[in-house]
Amino acid sequence: MIDHQLIDTYAREISDEKQTSVITGSAASTDKRYTILFKDYEDPDALRKLAGKIKDHTLHHLDRYVEQAEASLQRNGVQVHFADTGDDAKATILSILQERGISKLTKSKSMAAEEIHLNPFLIENGIECLESDLGEFIIQLDDDVPSHIVRPIIHKNRREIARTFQREGIAADYNDDPATITHRARAFLRDKYMQAEAVITGGNFISAESGRLVLVTNEGNSRFGMAPSKVHIALVGIEKIVPTDRDLGLFLNLLGRSATGQQLTVYTEFITGPKDDSQPSGPEEMHVVFLNNGRTDVLESNCREILRCIRCSACQNVCPVYRQASGHAYRTTYGGPVGAVLSPLLFGDQFPELADLPKASSLCGACNEVCPVDIPIPDLLLRLRDKAKREHIHSPGAPPMSPFATLATSPSLWRTAMTMSKAMNHLPIQVAPVKPLQEWLGQRTLPEWHGGDFRKWMKNRNNS
Amino acid sequence: MSSRDTILSKIRSALDGVKEKSAYPDYDASVFHSRPRLEGTPREAFDRNFIAAGGEVMPDLAALAAFLQQGGHTRGYCDPALMDSVGLALAAAGFTVETSYERSRYEDYQFGITRASGAIAESGSLILDDALTSDRLAALSPWVHVAVLRESEIHRTIPDAIAAFGPSRNILWATGPSKTADVEGILIEGVHGPGEQVAFFI
Ligand code: SF4
Repeated sequence: MIDHQLIDTYAREISDEKQTSVITGSAASTDKRYTILFKDYEDPDALRKLAGKIKDHTLHHLDRYVEQAEASLQRNGVQVHFADTGDDAKATILSILQERGISKLTKSKSMAAEEIHLNPFLIENGIECLESDLGEFIIQLDDDVPSHIVRPIIHKNRREIARTFQREGIAADYNDDPATITHRARAFLRDKYMQAEAVITGGNFISAESGRLVLVTNEGNSRFGMAPSKVHIALVGIEKIVPTDRDLGLFLNLLGRSATGQQLTVYTEFITGPKDDSQPSGPEEMHVVFLNNGRTDVLESNCREILRCIRCSACQNVCPVYRQASGHAYRTTYGGPVGAVLSPLLFGDQFPELADLPKASSLCGACNEVCPVDIPIPDLLLRLRDKAKREHIHSPGAPPMSPFATLATSPSLWRTAMTMSKAMNHLPIQVAPVKPLQEWLGQRTLPEWHGGDFRKWMKNRNNS
Repeated sequence: MSSRDTILSKIRSALDGVKEKSAYPDYDASVFHSRPRLEGTPREAFDRNFIAAGGEVMPDLAALAAFLQQGGHTRGYCDPALMDSVGLALAAAGFTVETSYERSRYEDYQFGITRASGAIAESGSLILDDALTSDRLAALSPWVHVAVLRESEIHRTIPDAIAAFGPSRNILWATGPSKTADVEGILIEGVHGPGEQVAFFI
């Protein structure tokens, strides 16, 4: 059987409807981002370079900043936990919930939670865990997975969503008007918020200096999830720390603009602990779970710059491969250029299976240009391709090039091949019993062969 | 070894391989001021940016009453501390104004009037600080949230607002109404939080 490069297979098999949703959605986000950055700043490039430097500095001194953040959080009355693996994090969170007899919670969107598959785990353990971000809520109803960092259902259209709402009893009838869909979710989720005993969130940033956890949402779902809950648990990757509160200003400016073309995301919440007694609504207990789950492996690698990522999705939106293939083609939580670097590293034990991702790029450089923390993604992709080569990992769709290499490095063989190869146009080459060739041709058609003409021309020119 | 120590020792050994450790860059927060957004007085800039984000600024009590009436929002909550300046006038105009918020009846509150501790001109954001917010839910669950503040409480820039953070455990910047573009990228307001975010200056 011919095995294709997986991402090509996905791109080919994705329905036209889905592909249109992804292409228009990502293109619109790219345009908005561009317009606002250049309208607001004379030199947006200088800002993303600065942000990249602050992140680099933090990562290079991460031990110090983790300890400082921990001390600040504890000073604020937050209980701090550390989880070296996804399983550790899941066990920690489950025991916090079980010790308090909590069986109902809402969860606001968190890529870290997606990464460790927290939701299915809690549900298996008898805890009702409802996603409150509209997109994530729909993903949960459909038992689907997000295909985009900021817009998890970029691959769905309103008709699909309306059918889901009807099927799942969120609404009695079919109605695909986006406002109706949204307001039906609003009504359904309110009761759930009010009944929930705990809320799980991610964290966009933590300031080491003050221990402020920053959460941003446009919908207000994390704010709403927190207000009636007794316990707040934030699952935060160790790379989310920034040194000072002042830095938060820069990152928030860049995040809003890069993610959704807004100066600031609508709800930007700075949390330094459980609520005060004078405040009637809000958690009485707050936990931060710092997650490693492979991040220190990335830190050790020569691709550590990817840990600067603030999950804005700008690189996904601008990427021609992502647009064609959609996020699911990347087969892990993080799709698009960021995922092509991060996933093979983060899920180190699966590196061989994911080693094809860094190849799914034409290295056009657009991802680096839009990245608000100036991650040199194309360079990192090359480093990962190199790693795959060094570790002799053969991914589907990447035929070993050695026969071609022998040919190309021997002038006499090359000449013979050139003059003979016009015959290739007449050969049913797709059925040639050479596996690598089959793999390669399984996804491509060859242009008509014109080899050898240059040499002929040179020779005739010298004769005349 | 605890997970904490494992992680710290993994970080340290990973960083052993980093020969040149980046220094913290020296910068002035004014580099990320958005100058076009700051044009005019702080109040002018706030109004412009807040309205661009979908917010509504009410010039006086009569306008606020008319706005609520028009939307059919006749019943709501008002922070007891704001009854004198806002709530009583609305009650006199025929609105049902309650000074306590009961979660079990959250659907009864069509508007919520609470105190904002300030605003940010540059971004058009309202600042809700737990120290002054009488009830987070009362500012969140009603369709209309009216944030009451003084013009003198407007911070010019985002860094200014950060520098002025008080000791409060929870500070929210609300830049317009709750919104989503999850369904086909179409902007819809009022997802979980207010569909109308109002600023009212006293
Ligand atoms: S890699 Fe850069 S552009 Fe891509 S999501 Fe992360 S921060 Fe955004």
